Amino acid sequence: MNKKLLLGDQAIAQGAIDAGLSGVYAYPGTPSTEITEYIQTSPAGRQNRIHHRWCTNEKTAMEAALGMSYAGKRALVCMKHVGMNVCADAFVNAAMTGVHGGLVVLAADDPSMHSSQNEQDSRFYGKFAMIPILEPSNQQEAYDMTAFAFRLSEELHEPVLMRLVTRLAHSRAVVTLGETVEQNALNAPARSQNWVLLPAIARRRNRELIALQPDIRRKAAESPYNAYTDGGDHTLGIIACGIAYNYVMEQYPEGCLYPVLKIAHYPLPENTIRRMAAECGRLLVVEDGQPFVEEQLRGILPTPCTIQGRLSGELPRDGELNPDCVRKALGLPALPVNAASPLVVPRPPALCQGCGHRSVYEALNRIVEHYPEARVFGDIGCYTLGALPPYKAINSCVDMGASITMAKGAADAGVFPAIAVIGDSTFTHSGMTGLLDAVNSQSPITVILSDNLTTAMTGGQDSAGTYKFEAICLGLGVEREHLHVVTPLPQNMEEITRIMEQEFNYRGVSVIIPRRECIQTLMRKAKAQKK
Amino acid sequence: MKTDIILSGVGGQGILSIATIIGQAALSQQWYIKQAEVHGMSQRGGDVQSNLRISSQPIASDLIAMGAADVIISMEPMEALRYLPYLSKEGWIITSSNPFVNIPNYPDTEALLDALKAHGHVKLIDLDALTKEHNLGRAANMVLLGATAEFLGLPFETLADSVRTVFESKGEAVVNLNIKALEIGRAFK
Repeated sequence: MNKKLLLGDQAIAQGAIDAGLSGVYAYPGTPSTEITEYIQTSPAGRQNRIHHRWCTNEKTAMEAALGMSYAGKRALVCMKHVGMNVCADAFVNAAMTGVHGGLVVLAADDPSMHSSQNEQDSRFYGKFAMIPILEPSNQQEAYDMTAFAFRLSEELHEPVLMRLVTRLAHSRAVVTLGETVEQNALNAPARSQNWVLLPAIARRRNRELIALQPDIRRKAAESPYNAYTDGGDHTLGIIACGIAYNYVMEQYPEGCLYPVLKIAHYPLPENTIRRMAAECGRLLVVEDGQPFVEEQLRGILPTPCTIQGRLSGELPRDGELNPDCVRKALGLPALPVNAASPLVVPRPPALCQGCGHRSVYEALNRIVEHYPEARVFGDIGCYTLGALPPYKAINSCVDMGASITMAKGAADAGVFPAIAVIGDSTFTHSGMTGLLDAVNSQSPITVILSDNLTTAMTGGQDSAGTYKFEAICLGLGVEREHLHVVTPLPQNMEEITRIMEQEFNYRGVSVIIPRRECIQTLMRKAKAQKK
Repeated sequence: MKTDIILSGVGGQGILSIATIIGQAALSQQWYIKQAEVHGMSQRGGDVQSNLRISSQPIASDLIAMGAADVIISMEPMEALRYLPYLSKEGWIITSSNPFVNIPNYPDTEALLDALKAHGHVKLIDLDALTKEHNLGRAANMVLLGATAEFLGLPFETLADSVRTVFESKGEAVVNLNIKALEIGRAFK
């Protein structure tokens, strides 16, 4: 039997390859990046039998995948949870058009925000779009479920959402591989009118999607991935979702004494839950992320049984689950623990030695010092670390591209100077349209487009706009005399600060592009050349 | 048989290669393995850790409970101390004694090493000195692994085989260097 040691992410990727995937569409984002990378470096990827080039953002990825599905082939879209916000329009409407070739949308959530700005739970999106959701509990399930998800998508003619959490995405275990399926042939959808969401057709499609719900619920209720195991003691029933199941079972190596319902396929299996509620006086809901299931069970009217979980305080309201908090919620005594040492201090991440962003912040701070009213709007990437000491150089970090648009809004309100700091990959992801807004309204902002020729934060993936930024800015209407390219090195500090000060004082849109390759990708290339 | 291991260090110090070699050795014994890693932002010079669980029986949780780890393997003394609440009362700490100072408020080194020694079950290894003395280049992490060998529940030879397998593609010189480092670590008392 073919076995491999795989991260949860890689298990999804291998599962998709074996399920006859024709294209993966994604923008890098922790903890989802390794899925696409695995496909890119797989034999099928290297031989270009599977389309695998990075996309500019999650919305272009989602739409391209929908196009591949339209053409009859199986497509996978991968993103981190906040990417779901970016592609939400395409995602929700993909449920309205329905799909032809199997379409699996993979959202990797990040409870505890190891590398993110919020801990939103993607399961809400699946419910919102009225489609099935799969949530694997371990690496083997991640592999098996991917093929299952493609089949389910083609049976229902709807996209299927798969939800991972960081802890599974980035944890390895041995996976036994199954059979492989050939890719679908190119073929046109039968009901081509479904794809034209004019109001009259959309109303019909909406009713069809609603009418499909009993079928979607039945398949979840009968799913091999939702398993009820009876236990002798009915004083408590446990509902454990996805990876939470492991934290429950960790407490009972000889088997759980209470009935356990493991949920890995939504919508919720309602009849099983009603039966558990009737048999057990108390239900404990254990789920990673937001209280998605607990809220559904609880509602606002009194329930015949006690429901416990994150909302009632048995489990913490936020943060990722772990064996310790689950143990406590189950009423088991804590293990004896060594006291934490008071000597230990936090060691936050920092910009690498030799990183070009360092010179950018060094220069920026030198000028901003003379402009106490200046506000610097930051963005998402390695350079967000400029918020920490020693630089403390940015005043905001919200979402991809928000630096430019927030600077514009602040400038419109009278903030001067209003400065945006954005990386190259973030700029093409969601910054370009904001720059066009600023140009059109002649907002007095300076955009520092810190270009390190890669998507650095996630490990150095291709950046969509490399060597195109001057052309993009000019094309959007930035004036040539207010577009500058500099090399962010300590010896160029005088030139960089001079240009910055000059442009901060210009009452229109200016763009400064400090450009120098990421030190990490540079070192990696040097190492590869040595071999 | 089950061993719960916490590997720790600072981003870039090579704790994941130690995990890979132990994992490979466990697999060669038909054991189960779960290895939770840290990717993303923290890898930029921040603290990194990996939960490695190896067992002859199936493993449920990807994470180790507090007070349950059998061993902490650390490339850095403060990072070893950080995970003390995860170590069982009988657990061992095998750590480099060389501080990696990249923050302004790094604690006093003597106090740090004393706190580690106070735990009792600890091997403090001056990896910098050993690496220099034996000319081990970048194989310091294999010294650390060698010093850990007796606590893993795996025969030493399986670790050596695993080192050979993992470094095979890099040529015989690299394999030999890493095996030498592993042996030096094993001999450390």
